Amino acid sequence: MAQGVMVVCEQRDGEIRKISYEVLSEGKRLADKLGAEMTVVLLGSGIADKAAALGGYGASKVFVADDPNLAVYTAEAYAKAIDGIVKQADPAILLMGASVEGKDLSARLAGKLSTGLAMDCTAVRIDDGRLVATRPIYAGKAFAEVVISSFPQMATTRPNVMTVTPPDTSKSAEVVKVDANLSADDLRTKVLEVRKEAAGKIDLTEADVIVSGGRGMKGPENYKILEELATVLKGTVGASRSAVDAGWRSHSDQVGQTGKVVTPNLYIACGISGAIQHLAGMSGSKVIVAINKDADAPIFQKADYGVVADLFDVVPAMTEEAKKIM
Amino acid sequence: MEIIACIKQVPDTESQIKIAPDGKSIVQNDIKWVMNPYDEFGVEEALKLKAKNGGTVTVVSVGPKRVTESIRTALAMGADKGILVEDAATDDGDSFTIAKTLAAVVKNIPYDVIFCGQRAVDDDEAQVGAMLAEMLNIPHVSLVVKEEVDLAAKKVTAEKPIEGATLVTESSLPVLLTTQKGLNEPRYASLPGIMKAKKKPLETKKVADLGLNAEDVGLAGSKLKIMALTPPPQRSAGKIVEGETPQEKAAALVKLLREEAKII
Ligand SMILES: Cc1cc2nc3c(=O)[nH]c(=O)nc-3n(C[C@H](O)[C@H](O)[C@H](O)COP(=O)(O)OP(=O)(O)OC[C@H]3O[C@@H](n4cnc5c(N)ncnc54)[C@H](O)[C@@H]3O)c2cc1C
Ligand SMILES: Nc1ncnc2c1ncn2[C@@H]1O[C@H](COP(=O)(O)O)[C@@H](O)[C@H]1O
Repeated sequence: MAQGVMVVCEQRDGEIRKISYEVLSEGKRLADKLGAEMTVVLLGSGIADKAAALGGYGASKVFVADDPNLAVYTAEAYAKAIDGIVKQADPAILLMGASVEGKDLSARLAGKLSTGLAMDCTAVRIDDGRLVATRPIYAGKAFAEVVISSFPQMATTRPNVMTVTPPDTSKSAEVVKVDANLSADDLRTKVLEVRKEAAGKIDLTEADVIVSGGRGMKGPENYKILEELATVLKGTVGASRSAVDAGWRSHSDQVGQTGKVVTPNLYIACGISGAIQHLAGMSGSKVIVAINKDADAPIFQKADYGVVADLFDVVPAMTEEAKKIM
Repeated sequence: MEIIACIKQVPDTESQIKIAPDGKSIVQNDIKWVMNPYDEFGVEEALKLKAKNGGTVTVVSVGPKRVTESIRTALAMGADKGILVEDAATDDGDSFTIAKTLAAVVKNIPYDVIFCGQRAVDDDEAQVGAMLAEMLNIPHVSLVVKEEVDLAAKKVTAEKPIEGATLVTESSLPVLLTTQKGLNEPRYASLPGIMKAKKKPLETKKVADLGLNAEDVGLAGSKLKIMALTPPPQRSAGKIVEGETPQEKAAALVKLLREEAKII
């Protein structure tokens, strides 16, 4: 019978990513509630030495598939390798992060395992021995509580939402090496190149602080003042669709229903009116600040703190104030 | 070249979402239905591939009769034919059952490239594309912002952004690609396009025509079930930060973020 919780860890260049610690912490909470074990899957090339330490997060066992073909993520190879491990270990719950990789992998894997998948959850809990997941739908205009009738019950958790439990570094997990069993059919997609962005650029979905600019920024050159504020606050810069469509910012900076859905601790909207499609992307932020010269702008209805003023005066002044205390 | 674009009809992004009395679905009365914005990228890219390589663009959808309108939109943009699986048995199905139904349709037609949206902006599942590729046993690349098909070599190179980097991938054909913003600018249907679309073939199919059983699709076949829908936690308007000058307001705001919100 299917038992326990299994967490799929995500690594990049041999380092385990922050999202995985969020999932491990949540996985352990679920496993404790079930009175069952948490096991972990770690895939990559030359990553076996990272496995034992995951015991600190409460993993009893870490299944490691170490294979040169798994060095960089591809959907088919990863799904194949995990499929084998899941069939062997038979977990009741299978969790991963709702990162770019986790969303892609979980969907392919759920197809392979013929099971249900709750994508991009903001809460997971156990009720009567079963997983109950909460997920925003209609870009956060409603929340759905879902259950899965098949095993493993799969879910991915939204980045920046789950709290990381500090590890107990005295503990280590049993490491079980497994063969990825890849055939030519699993390698129909190859990664030719990994083009890295400028070092230090934090992705919107992972940022703690986002300073976002809309049409009120008036032109691409003015984003400099947002970059400066973001740097002091250790955050990153986002944009509304109007700013992206005007060609001021890249597509990957767009926040909203047809852009990225973000959950930072602090979202500062500068010169953004607060259209429903924009709100859909950022209303899950913990604290929202709006800076707009129009006191009637709808964004103020959602903001924890509103500043009615010209952003070109307020933003640089904020940067100076923040420098004093950061 | 044979190209398929899977499209879903969703509530217009302006729509207010109201939860129905059953507590599990939404009120559909006042909703304006549109093609999922990500699927417009798929249709556009399909038309671009056809312009380059020749062939046929087929639009496939699963849903009620109203979806014919969105299929006509795709035909007016330039797609050649449409297939709609219109069968009450598919109602309220999860991603798994939708992928299964699409797989049953697609299996019977030739294809080199299939496009899906990276996610549908109603259920936000972001699953159907990858699941469909798995069921068809073909490779897939998601979140593509650039693609180039080499028909002679039977290969596609694609670019996909991940956190902090862009991956350049190469896959063999046939392939499934999921689309996102940045891939292209979807065209509008022209008036002659709209006229022509009326005469283009639009086939409707039932689940039985696809060799599927009613129990395998829709709510009956779903593995993921909605127990309850709730409105999002209410965000009410907060404080307006006071101050005589913008500088005073900025100082007051930073102080509030530090001392009250304890966020910086
Ligand atoms: C299908 C669809 C999908 C969409 N998806 C998205 C999406 O994902 N994300 C998104 O953002 N939008 C999206 N939109 C667009 C959305 O409807 C709005 O048009 C857009 O969000 C408006 O951007 P904005 O707030 O920057 O511009 P505006 O609405 O023009 O607002 C500009 C604001 O700046 C203020 N301002 C101007 N100058 C100053 C100044 N000097 N100081 C302070 N304030 C100033 C103004 O008072 C105004 O409130 C979508 C639309 C559709 C139809
Ligand atoms: N009912 C449907 N009919 C046709 N295609 C669909 C349907 N549902 C989802 N899709 C496709 O799968 C993509 C992702 O949808 P989802 O997994 O539901 O977020 C959509 O953008 C469509 O391309």
